[in-house]
Amino acid sequence: MPNLEFGKYAGYIVPAYAISALVIGGLVADTLLRARHWKSEAARREALADKKKTRS
Amino acid sequence: MFRHSLADAAARAVAPLGAAFTFLGLITGSFWGRPMWGAWWVWDARLTSFLVLFLFYVGYMALQAAIDDEAKAARAAGILALVGAVNLPIVHYSVVWWNSLHQGETLFTSGGPKASVVYLWPLALMSFSYFAAFGALWMVRVRGEIWRRRAGALAVQGAR
Repeated sequence: MPNLEFGKYAGYIVPAYAISALVIGGLVADTLLRARHWKSEAARREALADKKKTRS
Repeated sequence: MFRHSLADAAARAVAPLGAAFTFLGLITGSFWGRPMWGAWWVWDARLTSFLVLFLFYVGYMALQAAIDDEAKAARAAGILALVGAVNLPIVHYSVVWWNSLHQGETLFTSGGPKASVVYLWPLALMSFSYFAAFGALWMVRVRGEIWRRRAGALAVQGAR
């Protein structure tokens, strides 16, 4: 079990942890959402291109 | 390097990560500095060169966003990245070259690590975790960037 007794430094350690969690969480969310968006966008445009090709 | 599109994709993908991790280093370092040094910020060589590194990341992203032509943006950003790379040894050796409030080299010294073993294992674990997270996020972002380019190329193809 990690020692979470920060004593008199708690006022510095807790915000540092909180900011780190926020920034890393934001990066993970942004990275995954961005990748998912462009993957589906590329698939959609590929399907459109295929449809156009079969029509012509 | 200039005409390797994957190099540009990798650089474009890593810039926000580099900026965010550098920002974290600055902020959490500041939270450490206040109780240890008695100051949130000092214009010390290590801190200042690290702030310059953060500003380079921000400038890199701003430059890429400001130029519509992707090839021109890649070239301009590539030049800025080369200029910014000069700062890397300055960040690393700043504590050796200048008298600094920041402590000198602690881990990779000729006489072995100066830090107590109590700190070494958590530090090694956290370093590995941060490197792993950085690498994993970078790979996913590169993949996203490749899909973005593929979608862009298909859009141009479809408009013809």
